[in-house]
Amino acid sequence: MTPRVTFAVAARVLAQLRRDHRTVAMLIVLPALLVSLMWWMFHDSPGTFDRVGGPLLAVFPSIIMFVVTSVATLRERSSGTLSRLFTMPMGKLDFLLGYALAFALIAVVQAVVVVSIALYLLDLNIQGDAWQLGVVAVLDGVLGTALGLFASAFAATEFQAVQMMPAVMIPQILLCGLLVPRDQLPTVLHGISDVLPLSYAVDAVLGVAKGNGFTTGTGGDALVVLGFILAALGLGAATLKRRTA
Amino acid sequence: MMKNAVSCRDVVVVRGDREVLHGVGFDLRAGSVTGLLGPSGCGKTTLIRAMVGLQAHVTGDVSVLGLPAGAPKLRGRIGYVTQEPSVYGDLTVTENMRFFAAVLGVPSSDVERVIEAVDLTSHANARVDRLSGGQRSRASLAAALLGSPELLVLDEPTVGLDPVLRRDLWELFHRLADAGATLLVSSHVMDEASRCDRLLLLRDGDLLADDTPQGLLASAGTAEIEQAFLTLIDRKAGAR
Repeated sequence: MTPRVTFAVAARVLAQLRRDHRTVAMLIVLPALLVSLMWWMFHDSPGTFDRVGGPLLAVFPSIIMFVVTSVATLRERSSGTLSRLFTMPMGKLDFLLGYALAFALIAVVQAVVVVSIALYLLDLNIQGDAWQLGVVAVLDGVLGTALGLFASAFAATEFQAVQMMPAVMIPQILLCGLLVPRDQLPTVLHGISDVLPLSYAVDAVLGVAKGNGFTTGTGGDALVVLGFILAALGLGAATLKRRTA
Repeated sequence: MMKNAVSCRDVVVVRGDREVLHGVGFDLRAGSVTGLLGPSGCGKTTLIRAMVGLQAHVTGDVSVLGLPAGAPKLRGRIGYVTQEPSVYGDLTVTENMRFFAAVLGVPSSDVERVIEAVDLTSHANARVDRLSGGQRSRASLAAALLGSPELLVLDEPTVGLDPVLRRDLWELFHRLADAGATLLVSSHVMDEASRCDRLLLLRDGDLLADDTPQGLLASAGTAEIEQAFLTLIDRKAGAR
Protein backbone atom coordinates (compact mmCIF):
# COMPACT_ATOMS: atom_id res chain seq x y z
CA MET A 1 0.00 0.00 0.00
CA THR A 2 1.27 3.46 -0.94
CA PRO A 3 -0.51 6.54 0.49
CA ARG A 4 0.63 8.63 -2.51
CA VAL A 5 -1.20 6.30 -4.87
CA THR A 6 -4.29 5.95 -2.65
CA PHE A 7 -4.69 9.72 -2.45
CA ALA A 8 -4.08 10.11 -6.18
CA VAL A 9 -6.97 7.72 -6.87
CA ALA A 10 -9.23 9.50 -4.36
CA ALA A 11 -8.45 12.93 -5.85
CA ARG A 12 -9.08 11.63 -9.36
CA VAL A 13 -12.43 10.05 -8.42
CA LEU A 14 -13.51 13.34 -6.83
CA ALA A 15 -12.40 15.28 -9.92
CA GLN A 16 -14.52 12.95 -12.07
CA LEU A 17 -17.50 13.35 -9.71
CA ARG A 18 -17.16 17.12 -9.85
CA ARG A 19 -17.94 16.90 -13.58
CA ASP A 20 -20.83 14.51 -13.06
CA HIS A 21 -23.52 16.72 -11.55
CA ARG A 22 -26.26 14.16 -11.91
CA THR A 23 -24.44 11.54 -9.86
CA VAL A 24 -23.51 14.06 -7.18
CA ALA A 25 -27.14 15.20 -7.00
CA MET A 26 -28.25 11.59 -6.73
CA LEU A 27 -25.74 10.91 -3.93
CA ILE A 28 -26.48 14.01 -1.88
CA VAL A 29 -30.08 14.98 -2.58
CA LEU A 30 -31.76 11.62 -3.10
CA PRO A 31 -31.44 10.24 0.47
CA ALA A 32 -32.91 13.48 1.84
CA LEU A 33 -35.75 13.38 -0.70
CA LEU A 34 -36.58 9.77 0.14
CA VAL A 35 -36.57 10.45 3.89
CA SER A 36 -38.88 13.44 3.26
CA LEU A 37 -41.18 11.20 1.23
CA MET A 38 -41.40 8.75 4.13
CA TRP A 39 -42.13 11.63 6.53
CA TRP A 40 -45.00 12.74 4.28
CA MET A 41 -46.37 9.18 3.96
CA PHE A 42 -46.59 8.85 7.75
CA HIS A 43 -47.85 12.40 8.27
CA ASP A 44 -51.22 11.19 9.60
CA SER A 45 -49.85 8.44 11.84
CA PRO A 46 -47.82 10.25 14.50
CA GLY A 47 -44.96 8.34 16.07
CA THR A 48 -44.34 6.13 13.03
CA PHE A 49 -41.83 8.49 11.44
CA ASP A 50 -39.93 8.69 14.73
CA ARG A 51 -39.69 4.88 14.66
CA VAL A 52 -38.64 4.35 11.01
CA GLY A 53 -36.94 7.70 10.37
CA GLY A 54 -33.73 6.69 12.16
CA PRO A 55 -33.26 3.35 10.35
CA LEU A 56 -33.95 5.09 7.04
CA LEU A 57 -30.94 7.33 7.69
CA ALA A 58 -28.88 4.14 7.68
CA VAL A 59 -30.62 2.32 4.82
CA PHE A 60 -30.98 4.99 2.10
CA PRO A 61 -27.37 6.26 2.09
CA SER A 62 -25.93 2.75 2.06
CA ILE A 63 -28.16 1.56 -0.82
CA ILE A 64 -27.40 4.60 -2.94
CA MET A 65 -23.66 4.37 -2.31
CA PHE A 66 -23.78 0.66 -3.11
CA VAL A 67 -25.42 1.21 -6.49
CA VAL A 68 -22.99 3.94 -7.54
CA THR A 69 -19.81 2.17 -6.45
CA SER A 70 -20.79 -1.32 -7.61
CA VAL A 71 -20.01 -0.42 -11.22
CA ALA A 72 -16.87 1.58 -10.38
CA THR A 73 -14.14 -1.02 -10.92
CA LEU A 74 -16.06 -2.54 -13.84
CA ARG A 75 -16.03 0.81 -15.62
CA GLU A 76 -12.27 0.93 -15.23
CA ARG A 77 -11.94 -2.64 -16.41
CA SER A 78 -13.92 -2.07 -19.60
CA SER A 79 -12.18 1.23 -20.38
CA GLY A 80 -8.74 -0.41 -20.05
CA THR A 81 -7.61 2.04 -17.37
CA LEU A 82 -7.51 -0.78 -14.81
CA SER A 83 -5.08 -2.69 -17.07
CA ARG A 84 -2.89 0.36 -17.35
CA LEU A 85 -2.96 0.98 -13.59
CA PHE A 86 -2.03 -2.62 -12.87
CA THR A 87 1.16 -2.23 -14.93
CA MET A 88 2.00 0.72 -12.65
CA PRO A 89 2.95 0.64 -8.96
CA MET A 90 -0.72 0.46 -7.98
CA GLY A 91 -1.71 -1.90 -5.17
CA LYS A 92 -5.13 -3.48 -5.44
CA LEU A 93 -5.92 -2.10 -1.98
CA ASP A 94 -4.67 1.36 -3.04
CA PHE A 95 -7.20 1.28 -5.83
CA LEU A 96 -10.18 0.30 -3.64
CA LEU A 97 -9.14 2.52 -0.72
CA GLY A 98 -8.84 5.49 -3.07
CA TYR A 99 -12.43 4.98 -4.16
CA ALA A 100 -13.55 4.40 -0.55
CA LEU A 101 -11.84 7.60 0.57
CA ALA A 102 -13.44 9.71 -2.17
CA PHE A 103 -16.91 8.33 -1.46
CA ALA A 104 -16.38 8.66 2.31
CA LEU A 105 -16.00 12.39 1.70
CA ILE A 106 -19.26 12.37 -0.27
CA ALA A 107 -20.83 10.35 2.58
CA VAL A 108 -19.93 13.14 5.02
CA VAL A 109 -21.76 15.73 2.90
CA GLN A 110 -24.63 13.30 2.35
CA ALA A 111 -24.95 12.66 6.11
CA VAL A 112 -24.86 16.34 7.02
CA VAL A 113 -27.66 17.06 4.54
CA VAL A 114 -29.91 14.11 5.36
CA VAL A 115 -29.47 14.33 9.15
CA SER A 116 -30.03 18.10 9.18
CA ILE A 117 -33.20 17.77 7.14
CA ALA A 118 -34.50 14.86 9.23
CA LEU A 119 -33.84 16.57 12.56
CA TYR A 120 -34.54 20.23 11.86
CA LEU A 121 -37.01 20.24 8.98
CA LEU A 122 -38.94 17.03 9.55
CA ASP A 123 -38.69 17.14 13.37
CA LEU A 124 -37.43 13.60 13.79
CA ASN A 125 -37.32 12.96 17.54
CA ILE A 126 -34.16 11.36 18.88
CA GLN A 127 -32.82 11.17 22.43
CA GLY A 128 -29.14 11.14 21.46
CA ASP A 129 -26.90 13.84 20.01
CA ALA A 130 -27.21 15.04 16.41
CA TRP A 131 -23.46 14.66 15.81
CA GLN A 132 -23.57 11.03 16.84
CA LEU A 133 -26.40 10.41 14.37
CA GLY A 134 -24.23 12.15 11.77
CA VAL A 135 -21.20 9.96 12.51
CA VAL A 136 -23.31 6.81 12.26
CA ALA A 137 -24.90 7.99 8.98
CA VAL A 138 -21.40 8.58 7.53
CA LEU A 139 -20.31 5.09 8.59
CA ASP A 140 -23.41 3.64 6.94
CA GLY A 141 -22.70 5.49 3.69
CA VAL A 142 -19.12 4.17 3.75
CA LEU A 143 -20.49 0.68 4.46
CA GLY A 144 -22.59 0.88 1.27
CA THR A 145 -19.46 2.08 -0.59
CA ALA A 146 -17.31 -0.80 0.69
CA LEU A 147 -19.96 -3.41 -0.09
CA GLY A 148 -20.43 -1.89 -3.54
CA LEU A 149 -16.68 -1.98 -4.23
CA PHE A 150 -16.56 -5.60 -3.10
CA ALA A 151 -19.49 -6.50 -5.38
CA SER A 152 -17.77 -4.64 -8.19
CA ALA A 153 -14.55 -6.63 -7.75
CA PHE A 154 -16.62 -9.81 -7.65
CA ALA A 155 -18.73 -9.20 -10.77
CA ALA A 156 -17.28 -9.83 -14.22
CA THR A 157 -19.40 -7.27 -16.09
CA GLU A 158 -21.40 -4.12 -15.34
CA PHE A 159 -24.51 -6.12 -16.14
CA GLN A 160 -23.66 -8.57 -13.36
CA ALA A 161 -22.77 -5.76 -10.98
CA VAL A 162 -26.20 -4.15 -11.31
CA GLN A 163 -27.79 -7.48 -10.38
CA MET A 164 -25.85 -7.45 -7.11
CA MET A 165 -28.10 -4.73 -5.68
CA PRO A 166 -31.23 -6.87 -5.31
CA ALA A 167 -29.16 -9.92 -4.36
CA VAL A 168 -26.98 -8.28 -1.72
CA MET A 169 -28.97 -5.31 -0.42
CA ILE A 170 -32.68 -6.24 -0.48
CA PRO A 171 -32.39 -9.20 1.94
CA GLN A 172 -30.46 -6.94 4.29
CA ILE A 173 -33.12 -4.22 4.06
CA LEU A 174 -35.83 -6.76 4.90
CA LEU A 175 -33.97 -8.18 7.89
CA CYS A 176 -32.21 -5.10 9.30
CA GLY A 177 -34.98 -4.10 11.70
CA LEU A 178 -36.59 -1.42 9.56
CA LEU A 179 -39.80 -3.39 8.84
CA VAL A 180 -39.88 -5.73 11.85
CA PRO A 181 -37.73 -5.17 14.94
CA ARG A 182 -34.96 -7.75 14.81
CA ASP A 183 -35.84 -9.33 18.16
CA GLN A 184 -39.36 -10.07 16.85
CA LEU A 185 -38.04 -12.02 13.82
CA PRO A 186 -38.31 -15.84 13.78
CA THR A 187 -35.23 -17.36 15.42
CA VAL A 188 -33.55 -18.47 12.19
CA LEU A 189 -34.07 -15.10 10.49
CA HIS A 190 -32.84 -13.33 13.61
CA GLY A 191 -29.71 -15.47 13.45
CA ILE A 192 -29.20 -14.54 9.80
CA SER A 193 -29.75 -10.86 10.53
CA ASP A 194 -27.01 -11.13 13.19
CA VAL A 195 -24.37 -11.68 10.50
CA LEU A 196 -25.58 -9.00 8.04
CA PRO A 197 -23.77 -5.64 8.12
CA LEU A 198 -26.85 -3.46 7.61
CA SER A 199 -28.37 -4.86 10.84
CA TYR A 200 -25.56 -3.24 12.82
CA ALA A 201 -25.85 -0.04 10.80
CA VAL A 202 -29.52 0.19 11.81
CA ASP A 203 -28.80 -0.89 15.41
CA ALA A 204 -26.29 1.94 15.70
CA VAL A 205 -28.85 4.50 14.49
CA LEU A 206 -31.53 3.07 16.79
CA GLY A 207 -29.02 3.23 19.66
CA VAL A 208 -28.41 6.94 19.07
CA ALA A 209 -32.17 7.52 18.74
CA LYS A 210 -32.71 5.85 22.12
CA GLY A 211 -30.09 8.09 23.67
CA ASN A 212 -27.35 5.49 24.01
CA GLY A 213 -24.05 7.26 23.38
CA PHE A 214 -20.97 5.74 21.76
CA THR A 215 -19.77 4.63 25.22
CA THR A 216 -23.04 2.86 26.08
CA GLY A 217 -23.68 0.22 23.42
CA THR A 218 -23.88 2.22 20.19
CA GLY A 219 -20.09 2.33 19.94
CA GLY A 220 -20.02 -1.48 19.70
CA ASP A 221 -22.45 -1.49 16.77
CA ALA A 222 -20.47 1.27 15.06
CA LEU A 223 -17.28 -0.76 15.50
CA VAL A 224 -18.93 -3.82 13.93
CA VAL A 225 -19.93 -1.65 10.94
CA LEU A 226 -16.33 -0.44 10.69
CA GLY A 227 -15.17 -4.06 10.80
CA PHE A 228 -17.50 -4.94 7.91
CA ILE A 229 -16.17 -1.95 5.94
CA LEU A 230 -12.55 -3.08 6.36
CA ALA A 231 -13.42 -6.72 5.64
CA ALA A 232 -15.33 -5.80 2.44
CA LEU A 233 -12.39 -3.70 1.19
CA GLY A 234 -9.87 -6.43 2.08
CA LEU A 235 -11.93 -9.15 0.40
CA GLY A 236 -12.51 -6.87 -2.58
CA ALA A 237 -8.75 -6.35 -2.97
CA ALA A 238 -8.20 -10.11 -2.71
CA THR A 239 -10.89 -10.76 -5.33
CA LEU A 240 -9.65 -8.16 -7.81
CA LYS A 241 -7.30 -9.91 -10.24
CA ARG A 242 -4.30 -8.38 -11.96
CA ARG A 243 -4.09 -11.29 -14.35
CA THR A 244 -7.30 -12.09 -16.21
CA ALA A 245 -8.18 -14.64 -18.85
CA MET B 1 23.91 -3.10 -20.31
CA MET B 2 21.46 -5.89 -20.87
CA LYS B 3 21.31 -7.17 -24.44
CA ASN B 4 17.73 -8.36 -24.56
CA ALA B 5 14.93 -6.35 -22.99
CA VAL B 6 12.45 -9.18 -23.45
CA SER B 7 13.06 -12.87 -23.84
CA CYS B 8 10.23 -15.36 -24.48
CA ARG B 9 10.61 -19.15 -24.63
CA ASP B 10 7.87 -21.70 -25.37
CA VAL B 11 5.10 -19.33 -24.38
CA VAL B 12 1.72 -21.07 -24.31
CA VAL B 13 -1.45 -19.25 -23.32
CA VAL B 14 -4.81 -20.91 -22.80
CA ARG B 15 -7.99 -18.86 -22.76
CA GLY B 16 -11.06 -20.80 -21.74
CA ASP B 17 -10.70 -24.16 -23.49
CA ARG B 18 -8.72 -22.76 -26.40
CA GLU B 19 -4.95 -22.55 -26.74
CA VAL B 20 -4.28 -19.07 -28.13
CA LEU B 21 -0.47 -19.15 -28.28
CA HIS B 22 1.21 -22.45 -29.08
CA GLY B 23 4.79 -22.09 -27.88
CA VAL B 24 6.10 -18.71 -29.01
CA GLY B 25 9.74 -17.73 -28.54
CA PHE B 26 11.66 -14.57 -29.46
CA ASP B 27 13.96 -11.87 -28.05
CA LEU B 28 13.60 -8.10 -28.16
CA ARG B 29 16.99 -6.41 -28.38
CA ALA B 30 17.33 -3.46 -26.03
CA GLY B 31 17.01 -0.14 -27.87
CA SER B 32 15.16 -1.56 -30.89
CA VAL B 33 11.75 -1.04 -32.44
CA THR B 34 10.06 -4.35 -33.19
CA GLY B 35 6.81 -4.72 -35.09
CA LEU B 36 4.40 -7.42 -33.98
CA LEU B 37 2.36 -8.07 -37.10
CA GLY B 38 -0.48 -10.38 -37.82
CA PRO B 39 -4.17 -10.47 -38.62
CA SER B 40 -6.75 -9.59 -36.03
CA GLY B 41 -7.33 -12.55 -33.68
CA CYS B 42 -3.88 -14.10 -34.16
CA GLY B 43 -2.86 -13.64 -30.52
CA LYS B 44 -1.02 -10.28 -30.63
CA THR B 45 -2.90 -8.77 -27.71
CA THR B 46 -2.64 -11.98 -25.68
CA LEU B 47 1.13 -12.06 -26.20
CA ILE B 48 1.39 -8.40 -25.20
CA ARG B 49 -0.71 -8.97 -22.09
CA ALA B 50 1.53 -11.89 -21.14
CA MET B 51 4.56 -9.60 -21.40
CA VAL B 52 3.08 -6.87 -19.21
CA GLY B 53 1.90 -9.44 -16.65
CA LEU B 54 -1.88 -9.10 -17.10
CA GLN B 55 -2.61 -12.42 -18.82
CA ALA B 56 -3.69 -15.43 -16.78
CA HIS B 57 -2.77 -19.04 -17.65
CA VAL B 58 0.63 -18.38 -19.22
CA THR B 59 3.16 -21.20 -19.29
CA GLY B 60 6.70 -21.07 -20.62
CA ASP B 61 9.23 -18.38 -19.86
CA VAL B 62 8.53 -14.66 -20.29
CA SER B 63 11.42 -12.59 -19.04
CA VAL B 64 11.14 -8.79 -19.09
CA LEU B 65 14.07 -6.49 -18.23
CA GLY B 66 15.73 -9.45 -16.55
CA LEU B 67 12.73 -10.30 -14.35
CA PRO B 68 9.80 -12.69 -14.79
CA ALA B 69 6.85 -10.90 -16.47
CA GLY B 70 4.47 -9.42 -13.95
CA ALA B 71 7.08 -9.07 -11.19
CA PRO B 72 6.12 -6.22 -8.84
CA LYS B 73 9.51 -4.56 -9.47
CA LEU B 74 8.59 -4.15 -13.15
CA ARG B 75 5.58 -1.96 -12.39
CA GLY B 76 6.25 1.52 -13.70
CA ARG B 77 9.23 0.37 -15.83
CA ILE B 78 6.93 -0.68 -18.69
CA GLY B 79 4.72 1.69 -20.64
CA TYR B 80 1.65 -0.15 -21.90
CA VAL B 81 -0.88 1.18 -24.36
CA THR B 82 -4.00 -0.94 -24.70
CA GLN B 83 -5.93 -1.12 -27.95
CA GLU B 84 -8.78 0.99 -26.58
CA PRO B 85 -7.60 4.40 -25.35
CA SER B 86 -7.17 3.74 -21.64
CA VAL B 87 -7.61 7.24 -20.29
CA TYR B 88 -10.49 8.84 -18.39
CA GLY B 89 -12.96 10.45 -20.79
CA ASP B 90 -14.40 12.82 -18.20
CA LEU B 91 -11.01 14.33 -17.36
CA THR B 92 -8.85 16.65 -19.46
CA VAL B 93 -5.63 15.44 -21.08
CA THR B 94 -3.58 17.26 -18.44
CA GLU B 95 -5.68 15.91 -15.55
CA ASN B 96 -5.23 12.38 -16.89
CA MET B 97 -1.46 12.81 -17.13
CA ARG B 98 -1.22 14.37 -13.65
CA PHE B 99 -3.08 11.40 -12.21
CA PHE B 100 -0.92 8.78 -13.89
CA ALA B 101 2.21 10.78 -13.01
CA ALA B 102 1.13 10.75 -9.35
CA VAL B 103 0.56 6.99 -9.46
CA LEU B 104 3.99 6.48 -11.02
CA GLY B 105 5.62 8.96 -8.67
CA VAL B 106 7.21 10.94 -11.49
CA PRO B 107 7.51 14.75 -11.28
CA SER B 108 4.57 16.67 -12.71
CA SER B 109 7.00 18.48 -15.02
CA ASP B 110 6.92 15.27 -17.07
CA VAL B 111 3.24 15.92 -17.87
CA GLU B 112 3.97 18.78 -20.25
CA ARG B 113 6.74 16.82 -21.96
CA VAL B 114 4.59 13.79 -22.83
CA ILE B 115 1.67 15.92 -24.03
CA GLU B 116 4.07 17.75 -26.34
CA ALA B 117 5.63 14.49 -27.50
CA VAL B 118 2.30 13.32 -28.92
CA ASP B 119 1.46 16.79 -30.27
CA LEU B 120 -1.55 17.42 -28.04
CA THR B 121 -0.39 20.66 -26.43
CA SER B 122 -3.19 22.63 -28.10
CA HIS B 123 -5.73 20.20 -26.58
CA ALA B 124 -4.09 19.84 -23.17
CA ASN B 125 -7.11 21.30 -21.38
CA ALA B 126 -9.80 19.58 -23.41
CA ARG B 127 -11.84 16.75 -21.94
CA VAL B 128 -10.69 13.48 -23.47
CA ASP B 129 -14.23 12.42 -24.47
CA ARG B 130 -14.52 15.60 -26.57
CA LEU B 131 -11.44 14.67 -28.61
CA SER B 132 -11.36 12.74 -31.89
CA GLY B 133 -10.51 9.04 -31.84
CA GLY B 134 -6.97 9.69 -33.02
CA GLN B 135 -6.39 12.38 -30.41
CA ARG B 136 -7.73 10.06 -27.73
CA SER B 137 -5.32 7.29 -28.66
CA ARG B 138 -2.48 9.81 -28.62
CA ALA B 139 -3.52 10.84 -25.10
CA SER B 140 -3.35 7.16 -24.18
CA LEU B 141 0.13 6.95 -25.71
CA ALA B 142 1.23 10.05 -23.80
CA ALA B 143 0.33 8.37 -20.49
CA ALA B 144 2.57 5.43 -21.41
CA LEU B 145 5.51 7.80 -21.99
CA LEU B 146 5.37 9.21 -18.44
CA GLY B 147 8.53 8.47 -16.49
CA SER B 148 10.37 7.41 -19.68
CA PRO B 149 9.88 3.65 -19.21
CA GLU B 150 12.60 1.28 -20.43
CA LEU B 151 10.12 -0.86 -22.33
CA LEU B 152 7.12 0.39 -24.30
CA VAL B 153 4.51 -2.09 -25.41
CA LEU B 154 2.03 -0.50 -27.76
CA ASP B 155 -1.03 -2.37 -28.96
CA GLU B 156 -2.05 -0.90 -32.32
CA PRO B 157 -1.18 2.71 -31.44
CA THR B 158 -1.49 4.06 -34.98
CA VAL B 159 -4.95 2.73 -35.93
CA GLY B 160 -7.14 5.40 -37.50
CA LEU B 161 -4.46 8.08 -37.58
CA ASP B 162 -3.80 10.15 -40.66
CA PRO B 163 -0.57 9.41 -42.57
CA VAL B 164 1.24 12.55 -41.40
CA LEU B 165 0.55 11.73 -37.78
CA ARG B 166 1.55 8.12 -38.27
CA ARG B 167 4.85 9.20 -39.74
CA ASP B 168 5.41 11.59 -36.80
CA LEU B 169 4.65 8.85 -34.27
CA TRP B 170 7.03 6.40 -35.94
CA GLU B 171 9.71 9.10 -35.80
CA LEU B 172 8.93 9.48 -32.10
CA PHE B 173 9.22 5.71 -31.59
CA HIS B 174 12.69 5.73 -33.17
CA ARG B 175 13.79 8.75 -31.13
CA LEU B 176 12.74 6.86 -27.97
CA ALA B 177 14.64 3.78 -29.13
CA ASP B 178 17.72 5.89 -29.90
CA ALA B 179 17.49 7.16 -26.32
CA GLY B 180 17.69 3.55 -25.12
CA ALA B 181 14.06 2.42 -24.82
CA THR B 182 12.86 -0.85 -26.30
CA LEU B 183 9.60 -0.78 -28.23
CA LEU B 184 7.19 -3.45 -29.32
CA VAL B 185 4.50 -2.06 -31.62
CA SER B 186 1.67 -4.27 -32.76
CA SER B 187 -0.18 -3.60 -35.97
CA HIS B 188 -2.32 -5.38 -38.50
CA VAL B 189 -1.29 -2.87 -41.16
CA MET B 190 1.56 -4.44 -43.10
CA ASP B 191 2.82 -1.18 -44.59
CA GLU B 192 4.08 -0.15 -41.16
CA ALA B 193 6.48 -3.09 -41.18
CA SER B 194 9.20 -1.28 -43.10
CA ARG B 195 9.46 1.26 -40.28
CA CYS B 196 10.59 -1.40 -37.78
CA ASP B 197 14.09 -2.63 -36.98
CA ARG B 198 12.73 -6.15 -36.62
CA LEU B 199 9.50 -7.96 -37.33
CA LEU B 200 7.59 -10.71 -35.63
CA LEU B 201 4.90 -12.27 -37.79
CA LEU B 202 2.22 -14.00 -35.80
CA ARG B 203 -0.55 -16.13 -37.24
CA ASP B 204 -3.03 -18.37 -35.39
CA GLY B 205 -0.86 -18.36 -32.29
CA ASP B 206 2.39 -19.36 -34.01
CA LEU B 207 5.36 -17.21 -34.86
CA LEU B 208 5.86 -17.39 -38.66
CA ALA B 209 8.90 -15.15 -38.82
CA ASP B 210 11.36 -13.30 -36.60
CA ASP B 211 13.60 -11.26 -38.88
CA THR B 212 14.55 -7.79 -40.13
CA PRO B 213 12.25 -6.39 -42.84
CA GLN B 214 15.05 -6.82 -45.41
CA GLY B 215 15.82 -10.34 -44.26
CA LEU B 216 12.17 -11.28 -44.46
CA LEU B 217 11.80 -9.97 -48.01
CA ALA B 218 14.99 -11.75 -49.08
CA SER B 219 14.04 -15.11 -47.61
CA ALA B 220 10.54 -14.95 -49.10
CA GLY B 221 11.86 -13.62 -52.41
CA THR B 222 9.21 -10.88 -52.57
CA ALA B 223 9.20 -7.10 -52.80
CA GLU B 224 6.49 -6.41 -50.23
CA ILE B 225 5.93 -7.49 -46.65
CA GLU B 226 2.32 -8.50 -47.28
CA GLN B 227 3.44 -10.76 -50.14
CA ALA B 228 6.20 -12.18 -47.93
CA PHE B 229 3.62 -12.98 -45.26
CA LEU B 230 1.52 -14.92 -47.81
CA THR B 231 4.55 -16.79 -49.11
CA LEU B 232 5.50 -17.85 -45.58
CA ILE B 233 1.95 -19.06 -44.91
CA ASP B 234 1.95 -21.09 -48.15
CA ARG B 235 5.36 -22.58 -47.34
CA LYS B 236 4.21 -23.58 -43.90
CA ALA B 237 1.03 -25.16 -45.32
CA GLY B 238 3.15 -27.03 -47.88
CA ALA B 239 5.51 -28.31 -45.19
CA ARG B 240 2.66 -29.99 -43.30
